[in-house]
Amino acid sequence: MAEFSLPANSKIGEGKTYKAEAGAKRVKSFKVYRWNPDDGKNPVMDTYEIDLDKCGPMVLDAIIKIKNEIDSSLTFRRSCREGICGSCAMNIDGTNTLACLKPIAEVKGDVKINPLPHMPVVKDLVPDLSQPYAQLRSIEPWMQSETVAPPDGERLQSKEERAELDGLWECILCFCCSTSCPSYWWNGDRYLGPAVLLQAYRWIADSRDEATGKRLDALEDPFKLYRCHTIMNCTQTCPKGLNPAKAIGKVKQLMLERQG
Amino acid sequence: MKDVREALMIGHNSEGKLVRRPLSPHLQVYKPQISSATSIFHRITGVALSVGTILMTLWLICAASGDAAFSVIQAFFASWIGMLILFGFTIALFYHFCNGIRHLAWDAGKGFELPDMHRSGKLVFAATIVLTVAFWVIALLVW
Repeated sequence: MAEFSLPANSKIGEGKTYKAEAGAKRVKSFKVYRWNPDDGKNPVMDTYEIDLDKCGPMVLDAIIKIKNEIDSSLTFRRSCREGICGSCAMNIDGTNTLACLKPIAEVKGDVKINPLPHMPVVKDLVPDLSQPYAQLRSIEPWMQSETVAPPDGERLQSKEERAELDGLWECILCFCCSTSCPSYWWNGDRYLGPAVLLQAYRWIADSRDEATGKRLDALEDPFKLYRCHTIMNCTQTCPKGLNPAKAIGKVKQLMLERQG
Repeated sequence: MKDVREALMIGHNSEGKLVRRPLSPHLQVYKPQISSATSIFHRITGVALSVGTILMTLWLICAASGDAAFSVIQAFFASWIGMLILFGFTIALFYHFCNGIRHLAWDAGKGFELPDMHRSGKLVFAATIVLTVAFWVIALLVW
């Protein structure tokens, strides 16, 4: 059932403020969600004042600077710093995106940083993504084919068949979209969410895959697929500019078409 | 049925003891935008229309029950509170109708691109205002 307010242990308090060093000219405040499993307290928002003249352009640059120079206990995931690994997905200024692709200059006022929404928090900005990963596994995201592959080369596609996968294969599984979706917030136990449904369509749309019928059967469910109400928060927030809502729409259309 | 995600709300601290994890903020921090706004209004107006339809049914029942009952319900709908309810009902009706067409287009596979989605969303809000005002101008002129 939809629970609109946060549980008592999740309510967010005021945290510490770390002032900018004297003489800093372009100061920006970063308000960052903190929760430590060791102190037994509720989460708080800590404020870090950063001199933008001594910081890189992206939000990830700022939080790495905070960890290196101000507060080494700040915990977050990051790896590639160029929008291809999907590790630094978080809620910045009220929408989900990758910290490495989000310019600080795009945020007016204080930069508020929270973990991906409606997820269990492991520590600070690190959410537990076990549920979406398990859901991804459930759609069997690999090629399935009865036909034996040619002995002397790869399975071929026409240019048109290959073009069907554009806008799908680029997904980096950061789960910005799934955690932006109110339907996934309320029904994420059974609704697969936009990221996983886009992956499901990626294999349905692949001309080399021969399990389309089985894949559609598996999605024919009031919750797994049809909790998508075309809210479109997913497409709105995708840091890679993909369109999960459109992919889900195509799955729904295929469901109808095969009913004849 | 219990929510399977409940199991993930339990974690360990550094000493290996079980701790209850917080749920990260969602509605509290997520910025309202045209995507979610048009969606939540669609649901709210849908609920409003269901309730409003009960009133319409009541009006029909009164009309069928004879003069006395009919004049009571007519007087109610002509009062300022009755008019306010009817006004709200027409807003809900026109919004749900227009956004319903938007959903039909999506179900037909059209209008998923972001600029289209923003344009159609704004169009739905504009059309709701225009249709509601036009309806009431005509209704009050005829009345």
